[in-house]
Amino acid sequence: MSKTYIIIPGRTSEQGVGINEGKFEETYQSEISVLQVSPEDMEELGLEAGDWVRVTSEHGQIEIRTKVAKKGELPAGLLFIAYGDYSSRLMGADTHGSGMPTSKGFDVKMEKIATPSE
Amino acid sequence: MATVTPDASQQEPELKIVEDATCTFCGCVCDDIELTVKGHEITKAKRACVLGKAWFLNHSVDDRPSCLIKGKPAAVEEGIERAAHILTKARYPLMYGLSDTTTESQRVAVSIADWVGANVDTTTSVCHGPSGMAFQGVGEVTCSLGEVRNRGDLIIFWGSNPAESHPRHFTRYSLMPKGMFVPNGRKDRTCVVIDVRKTKSANTADIFIQLKPRSDFEALWTLRALCAGVELEAEQVLADTGVELAVWQDLMDRMKASRFGVCFFGMGLTMTRGKHANTEALLALTRDMNQHTRFVCKPNRGHGNVTGADNVVAWRTGYPFGVNLARGYPRFNPGEYTASDVLARQEADAAIIIASDPMANFSEPARQHLKSIPYIAFDPKETPTTRAAEVAFTVATYGINIPGTVYRMDDVPIPLRPAFDCHHPSDMEILQGIEKRVQELIALEVPASEDDSSLRPVR
Repeated sequence: MSKTYIIIPGRTSEQGVGINEGKFEETYQSEISVLQVSPEDMEELGLEAGDWVRVTSEHGQIEIRTKVAKKGELPAGLLFIAYGDYSSRLMGADTHGSGMPTSKGFDVKMEKIATPSE
Repeated sequence: MATVTPDASQQEPELKIVEDATCTFCGCVCDDIELTVKGHEITKAKRACVLGKAWFLNHSVDDRPSCLIKGKPAAVEEGIERAAHILTKARYPLMYGLSDTTTESQRVAVSIADWVGANVDTTTSVCHGPSGMAFQGVGEVTCSLGEVRNRGDLIIFWGSNPAESHPRHFTRYSLMPKGMFVPNGRKDRTCVVIDVRKTKSANTADIFIQLKPRSDFEALWTLRALCAGVELEAEQVLADTGVELAVWQDLMDRMKASRFGVCFFGMGLTMTRGKHANTEALLALTRDMNQHTRFVCKPNRGHGNVTGADNVVAWRTGYPFGVNLARGYPRFNPGEYTASDVLARQEADAAIIIASDPMANFSEPARQHLKSIPYIAFDPKETPTTRAAEVAFTVATYGINIPGTVYRMDDVPIPLRPAFDCHHPSDMEILQGIEKRVQELIALEVPASEDDSSLRPVR
């Protein structure tokens, strides 16, 4: 049974620069399609930078490459991803009467995979 | 020997300098940028941050057609005609976006929404919409960024990472400037960052408080209790917030001792469980603090004119976002009339998306529904939203090609000083064309039955 983590989608400078260069260009696409994982969680799952993981939320699933977060930036159990297509696929549609889907701080499962299925 | 006369088209383009240009990439709306412009390209953007440079240097004229219908090039007039038909035939049209265009365009857009009885919503609903709800519930103790610059001596950033999202925030407004009552600039200010992860902004802080994820509400109510002098159990506070009570007490002591405290907050509060309850707690804490000292709080707004969108929609309808005009009068109800909900519940049967990209940012059910209905999209660049649109307009970029007004995150209106012309029309020109054609089509409408006539606002 894979462990539960909390994921925080958010903004990054690279993502902002990428939006200006174009959403189909390399800078944006590479920034939104990588998951930052704490060094402790990388070690626990036997992951190395660039390895693939499957991340599953209550609402969706993605397969994505990993990157080691800077030491101290993420506590163990917390994941970070730049806003974009991948983070949106994990988000639910229910806004609980607010207009805003819960877009940060929701639970996901993460497991190591050898290669992406597609 | 033949003499070669230089072809006029091969001459070096004219070089010009635009002083005090306005960057509209983020809500800081820095209006002190010096642009070096060579023909249809900006080659330098002096004083701009990393995001501002990327904004100015990557918006040369796009060579895509000004209008695409179902992916094929078409005349702009043809696009306007198709757009007007889509909007007038729809029973529940959605207008969404508006945060990256001028206030002048926003006014025209809301007029169209009024004519067709649309549901009008802006990117605020998936940004600081919950803050908008909280403002209505609690009220807002606020100020301009100029006051922060001249007076703020305790600056808190809560769930906000301006080092990456608003890179000049610190240097232009909140931390570094030497102000009238903080003559030594950074030395006269204490900076506190409160977040669940140690962001780049945390490196700037004098004090970093790392919260347990999803405990903002509990942390804010801990501070409200301390502000009121209520005794708390240390173990409970640690269990609820992941932070020692002594740390919160120290922060409260500093807040009370400050002469002008400011809390900038971000989507760490509005997007996390609790949402408007989180921001209500912060606004209430800010109100409480004014029994002890001057204290304000401000949302760090993301898009260049998202604050203008709030203002314009409020002028026109009385409400800032999530407004339904189907009955001929405005109804406001986040969760019911907000774009993400209207799409995910498969209610909208057509849409007009202006200067935003829901196909990249919305939940999967909302995106799938948007893809299945006819919609019109406006953007200077190609995006996932323009790609799937029935009618896609490539428009001139506000602030780079066209003038107008935008609202900074503190509701201060700022004029735009464009750098060079562009052969693409502005979104306002197209919207004006659509509004005119919509009016003509509505005038021609003959209601088939009394039920049908009730679908269109009565004029």
